Amino acid sequence: MKDLYFDTAHMLGAAVLLLSFALLFQRRLSGVINTFAAQAVVLAMAAAWQGFVQGAPHLYITALVALVFKAVAIPVALHRIVRLLMIHRTVETALSIGLTMVVGVALVTLAILLVLPVTSDSAALTRENLALALSVVLLGLLTMITRRNAVTQVIGFMSLENGLILAAVGVSGMPLVVEMSVAFAVMVAFIIFGIFFFQIRERFDTLDLHYLESFRGERS
Amino acid sequence: MTALALQLLQMVLVLAAAPLLTGVVRKVKARLVGRRGPSPLQPYRDLLRLLRKEAVVAENASWLFRVAPYLVFAALWLAASLVPTFTTGLLLQPTADLIALVALLASARFMTALAGLDIGTSFGGIGSSRDMMIASLAEPAMLLVIFTVSIVAGSTALASVADYMREAEVGLRVSLAMALVALIMVALAENARIPVDNPATHLELTMVHEAMVLEYSGRHLALIEAAAMLKLLFYISLIACIFAPWGLAAPGEGAAVAAFALTAWSAKLLLGAIALAVLETSIAKMRVFRVSEFLGGALLLGLLAVIFLYVSRGI
Repeated sequence: MKDLYFDTAHMLGAAVLLLSFALLFQRRLSGVINTFAAQAVVLAMAAAWQGFVQGAPHLYITALVALVFKAVAIPVALHRIVRLLMIHRTVETALSIGLTMVVGVALVTLAILLVLPVTSDSAALTRENLALALSVVLLGLLTMITRRNAVTQVIGFMSLENGLILAAVGVSGMPLVVEMSVAFAVMVAFIIFGIFFFQIRERFDTLDLHYLESFRGERS
Repeated sequence: MTALALQLLQMVLVLAAAPLLTGVVRKVKARLVGRRGPSPLQPYRDLLRLLRKEAVVAENASWLFRVAPYLVFAALWLAASLVPTFTTGLLLQPTADLIALVALLASARFMTALAGLDIGTSFGGIGSSRDMMIASLAEPAMLLVIFTVSIVAGSTALASVADYMREAEVGLRVSLAMALVALIMVALAENARIPVDNPATHLELTMVHEAMVLEYSGRHLALIEAAAMLKLLFYISLIACIFAPWGLAAPGEGAAVAAFALTAWSAKLLLGAIALAVLETSIAKMRVFRVSEFLGGALLLGLLAVIFLYVSRGI
């Protein structure tokens, strides 16, 4: 029975990782936002499951925060922004999807290679959980790198933060204060991003950050 | 002796059940989009009608074109009869190796593609080249799934894999879940099902499998269609045998167990048919050039499954 508890936790972790890949795979902005919402729902389930397994009620609050803010509030707000800015077209990618996927698999391998020696004396369960969480973090970074659109970059940032929460809920004894402050930091960051979207849009008539590079002197 | 009898029974059963399975999928699909749809028995009538009709062969067709349907049908019939559908006590069970099954499917595909090229029409050529493109991605993905399953079960023989999955405390494994999703994606592509190809189209520029077999008629077409139906049955039975082997009878068990196993198999086939129909009506067909991304996803899942085997427990 104990095995089943941990197996379910790992299944949910793997589902979060797969949705990170789905995030890389999506081309349309609305699809990206919906995938992010789905990832947040699975993350909330993972947190609630960990709360149940570890007997730690404060993890239910983490799950609730993830569900309310990341699965509902932020996606709804992003959908609104996308509609207001009228940019619900195709996402441009800096790299091709296939290449991105290959880099993604390489990053997952890197995460595993990194986690294995560091945690060689801990249980296989912790190892797998940390490997999953680190992979989600790296894939979030990859999303931020490969996409040019500001909205998708923000989603990459948030999915990176999903990876952090996944790592945090897997380790027992994580204080609630830390999780709450992380959640609020993301909320504040989201508000600032929202303001920035409109500012960037007003200045440059686009959310494609490629155009900003010439103003930083990187391209002539 | 019983092994031989069971093997013969299985060969007859898969051949008899394959058209019904396709008929059920079509019927459920029709009901889902609000049509009445033909009776589930319609594929039998179609096959009988085709068998009675005269086979028209193009003037410039070589012997290859004529033998291809027989070879394709034989390969797929053999593959479908090797999968333990209701019992693992079949006579040919020692030969039912996962890699051998992939080779059988690959040779059937090779023959179909050659026949498509042989006739020299542009449709056949397009179909063959597209089918080879799909195969070049689907087969590595399939092999990665097989690696995952056989590393977990410690064997590539299908009967031992099924026994291991049924008896050992496998539990929920991340790797196996990924392998299952990858295998379903491969099965959709291999059976020319909706996100990759549309089984219901004729004379469209996007078709793949139909384009290859466009020149066939009469009994040749009947064999090709029966082979396609057997392939669908093969994949559903394979997925059921590896990932849901419950109810499978072991060799030497009584007739009552075998009868229960047959019922369980029929239930699995029905579930598979309904799931396929629901999936096909809920998504749209992809552009041909996005198929590589879809199958690349399957390949990636297979690769992740193998990678995760090394960090998970018990290996």
